Amino acid sequence: MIEVKDLVKSYGGNVAVDHLNVTIEKGKIYGFLGPNGAGKSTTMNIMTGYVASTSGTVIIDGHDILEEPEEAKKNIGYLPEVPPLYMDMSPFEQLMFAAELKKIPKKERQGQVEEAMTRTQIVDVADRLNKHLSKGYRQRVGLAQALLGNPDILILDEPTAGLDPLQIIEIRDLIKRLGKDHTVILSSHILSEVSAVCDYVLIISRGKLVAEDSPERLGSLMGAGQELKVTVKESRNRAESLLRSIPDVKEIRLYTEGWKEEGCCQFLVCAKENADIREAIFFKMAENKVPLLGMERVSKSLEEVFLELTEEESREKEASKHAGNL
Amino acid sequence: MLAIFKREFCAYFHTMTGYVFLAFLFVVVGVYFTAYNLGYGYPLIGYTLASAAFTMLITTPMLSMRVLAEERRQKVDQLLLTSPVPVYQIVLGKFLAMAAMFAVPVLVFCLYPVILSAYGSLSFAQSYTSLLGFYLMGCACLAIGLYISSVTENQVIAAVGSFGVLVLFYLMSGLESLIPTTAAASFLAFTILLLVICYIIYQLMKSLLVPLAVCAAGEAVLVMIYVADAAVYEGAVQKVMSMFDLSSRFGDFTGAVLDLTSVVYFLTVIAAGVFLTIQSIQKRRWS
Repeated sequence: MIEVKDLVKSYGGNVAVDHLNVTIEKGKIYGFLGPNGAGKSTTMNIMTGYVASTSGTVIIDGHDILEEPEEAKKNIGYLPEVPPLYMDMSPFEQLMFAAELKKIPKKERQGQVEEAMTRTQIVDVADRLNKHLSKGYRQRVGLAQALLGNPDILILDEPTAGLDPLQIIEIRDLIKRLGKDHTVILSSHILSEVSAVCDYVLIISRGKLVAEDSPERLGSLMGAGQELKVTVKESRNRAESLLRSIPDVKEIRLYTEGWKEEGCCQFLVCAKENADIREAIFFKMAENKVPLLGMERVSKSLEEVFLELTEEESREKEASKHAGNL
Repeated sequence: MLAIFKREFCAYFHTMTGYVFLAFLFVVVGVYFTAYNLGYGYPLIGYTLASAAFTMLITTPMLSMRVLAEERRQKVDQLLLTSPVPVYQIVLGKFLAMAAMFAVPVLVFCLYPVILSAYGSLSFAQSYTSLLGFYLMGCACLAIGLYISSVTENQVIAAVGSFGVLVLFYLMSGLESLIPTTAAASFLAFTILLLVICYIIYQLMKSLLVPLAVCAAGEAVLVMIYVADAAVYEGAVQKVMSMFDLSSRFGDFTGAVLDLTSVVYFLTVIAAGVFLTIQSIQKRRWS
């Protein structure tokens, strides 16, 4: 559906997108995740043909965005970071204008505009001026605009930015519904949003793709091996040495000591890859008459994965910078 | 293209701009018309239009200042540039909307000769030639304003910039006479021009080789021409300056002379303005 190959965009000496390769398949909701300034918006702007890439290609349904822009753009509905609305027009006029721009036949225009307005629930404000609308409504008008012409691909740049919690839920539901018959790409720096809405997550940091997978698998992928939170009623040293004597244990970290209950310790125990150490821990503690008060599996949230990946990246960069100084 | 044309044309009436523009032109031209044609009974409208031509310096930037600059500031250009419409159609749509807006007062002025004909005989051909010149000059000013609006995000800068450039062009014939016509002076002027061009190339490319080569080659050519035949330089600066002299070209029309070269001249200015605008939008996408 969309193929992004070796995409590079530099502004002066500043590299915003750095050899990015992405393949987007039909009928899924994709999430571009990354900290501010990671190159999400730039990538989207290149994919929609608003700016040209320094090198690399974007192919949409077999059409190169730079060589056959008209054909390629027909398949895309784009909602940029700031909804592109004329402040001197009303949502209805704006959408009629956008429908004409998108070359929707005159007969279908009114019908399509009305449908888009119903789907985004802006019928009530259709005749107010855009400049009098709140951020949330502007966002919806922008979304309605992207929906016009029923494009196969919807590219939404931070669609929930600046909305109130209720509106965020509404827009998310709408995006989920849209995901049934459109391919949706959305960007966000809010992790809970991406894991709630998207089928597939692409984590971008400093213009590079650092990880891609489904949100669930990304979580388990990063925490290779089991991670358990173990609470025992024993002194720290003895408990630690007991845990260490279990063969498949890779790493032990003290979580809390004397917290909640007197004389208890809580450890974070990491197992070696694919090993299940829960029974081993239980029997070890039972043999030595150490009361095991709790054992809980910890799976990494997308949040942690994200931080780990983006921090790793910046640490590497730091390291290579220092190496260069030497 | 039609969608953009319609939206831009209507936008003038969504805000005060269109009304202020019309009111200003009607008042100024109307006053001159009343004074010269109705008051003194002068039959030709060309004289009236020539006197009122200065209004274009103020009115055309009013129409053109917003057209691309404001859109870029509010990021509405994202909608246009990501829709399946080629850039040239976007620019043409906008230019035609301005041209259509300027046609509104000119069409009203077309009634003036009819009114005058009630009081005596006059040449309609001569009157409408002047009006054609007035319209073409307006469109040329709009094309210049369009280009200036495309290079900035700030509509005030676009307006002041267009006004400045138009004033310069308007006064060009006066400026020409200030500059000495001797060969040496022209030679000096072209050398300075060459250096400026090379500096711009250097700023764009950030390397010394090409601008230095251009500078050396250009200067060699200038010196060779000077040695071979210094007479070529006499008045040469004036010739270059007169290329930008809009008002003398307009003078041809108000003198009731339908000179084809002047028509072509204005059409060329319009084409150049539109072309440069398209290039400036494309360049921004690539940089």
